[in-house]
Amino acid sequence: MEEKFDAIVVGAGPAGSACGYTLAKAGLNTLVVERGKFPGAKNMWGGAYYGPFLHELFPNFWEEAPVERYIKHRKFSFLTEDSALSVDFTTKKFDEPPYNGFSVLRAKFDRWLASKAEQAGAIVASGLQGDDLLWEGSKVSGIKAGGDDLPADVVVVCDGANSILAEKAGLRGDLSPKDMKQGVKEVIQLPREVIEQRFNLNGKEGIAWESLGTFTKGIPGGAFIYTNEDSLSIGVVVQLNALAEKNVKANDLLEEYKQHPEVASFLKDGKMVEYSAHLIPVSGKAMMPTLYGDGILVAGDAAAMTLATGLALEGANFAIASGAAAAETIIEAKKTGDFSKTTLSRYQTRLEQSFVLKDLETFKKAPHFLENPRLYEKYPEFVCDMAEKIFTNDGKPREKTMKLLKQAMDGRISFLQIIQDLWQIKRSI
Amino acid sequence: MSTMKIEDKLAVNKFDIDKDVHIQLKEEACKNCDVHSCLYVCPADCFKLGESDNITFAYEGCLECGSCRIVCDKDAIEWTLPRAGFGICYQYG
Repeated sequence: MEEKFDAIVVGAGPAGSACGYTLAKAGLNTLVVERGKFPGAKNMWGGAYYGPFLHELFPNFWEEAPVERYIKHRKFSFLTEDSALSVDFTTKKFDEPPYNGFSVLRAKFDRWLASKAEQAGAIVASGLQGDDLLWEGSKVSGIKAGGDDLPADVVVVCDGANSILAEKAGLRGDLSPKDMKQGVKEVIQLPREVIEQRFNLNGKEGIAWESLGTFTKGIPGGAFIYTNEDSLSIGVVVQLNALAEKNVKANDLLEEYKQHPEVASFLKDGKMVEYSAHLIPVSGKAMMPTLYGDGILVAGDAAAMTLATGLALEGANFAIASGAAAAETIIEAKKTGDFSKTTLSRYQTRLEQSFVLKDLETFKKAPHFLENPRLYEKYPEFVCDMAEKIFTNDGKPREKTMKLLKQAMDGRISFLQIIQDLWQIKRSI
Repeated sequence: MSTMKIEDKLAVNKFDIDKDVHIQLKEEACKNCDVHSCLYVCPADCFKLGESDNITFAYEGCLECGSCRIVCDKDAIEWTLPRAGFGICYQYG
């Protein structure tokens, strides 16, 4: 006889596993399906996880979860072809539990998170794909997976940035390349002590280092390096439509970034052990699908719950929080057995009350601001030129700083543009 | 570190390659395209420009990112995911 689940979750990424865990813990009969051979097999990201939400779900998770290093340093650089201007922030507070962030590799981390769902009583079926939805009239009544019909009271769609099921459910239209960034990354192995020496780290300390600069050739985006225990995650994240319009490959930008004199010495003698790529939904609220329907909810990247402000590019914490919020909504709906759209709309209310939709609302204008091409070429050149002028001693009589500033701006950027951009910063981030 | 080609990068990845091809080009629609954005947005260089300006596609190195599907405005790509358990299998991610 066919088993009917209380809930089926599609995708065992951060959203799906957090959802499956929360549902199972409340005693709901929960199935999580994952198309990869194991949870995490299809997933990649830059590599750092920030924020307290996971700690709320699993207190002191860093003691058992496969985290690589805690983020002790946040470094940011403007790079031109041959120069770099960097800021490196650290504080004693980043040293202390609950820590501000961790570098993480998804193949290990996602497996751990899915194991928490399993321990709570959910069935996690890897190597099983949620191919389509089952319908009873206009209500979703389960999924089709691996040739079988699997009925459930409610389906939670956590199938990632490309979300096939959100599309099939009619909750969103076609995705646009304007709303996506492409991330490409390499994992480069280096001995632990070499990493610690090069980046000036001790023990479990790590660094998250992001850069903007001319290496993206004016394409909105940037590069990152995160230190893992005995490897580096290094990659670029760039606007998908701009790659198409300018006929540029993300990998070429990554290679250019790796060759930068400021970067190359950190990678020396490293062994490349993986090359990965993924899309990131970056337009926030502007691209968000309808989050619920009769018998269905959408969470994580599938719901475009990623915060991109230029200073932050975060998704996993939003995914975990949205997955948990979807579960709480279902647990409540289960009490009356009513999984209609009206009942499930409380999911949206929950998200509006949490940081998930609050942050996305606060920064809803940021994606537009980040399209400004000056951020990726003119400003890096301007600040590096300015720094060079200030720090160079060539024996010639010196100029006053304001005159140097004017020289660095000359022909590159106008006062009016700077004022306009500062105004945009105030409005959007 | 010297510049690495995409095919050399893909060679270190773990793939479980299925016999079924999960992405197909619709020849007619593809023929009428002179933009060829797929050549640039595919991070795995799965699309190649043939001798007669035709696009060819090899699915084996596909990283399943979906970029080609979203960028192709000729609707020339029949895009699905590999069968469950097949395709890219990240060991780090």
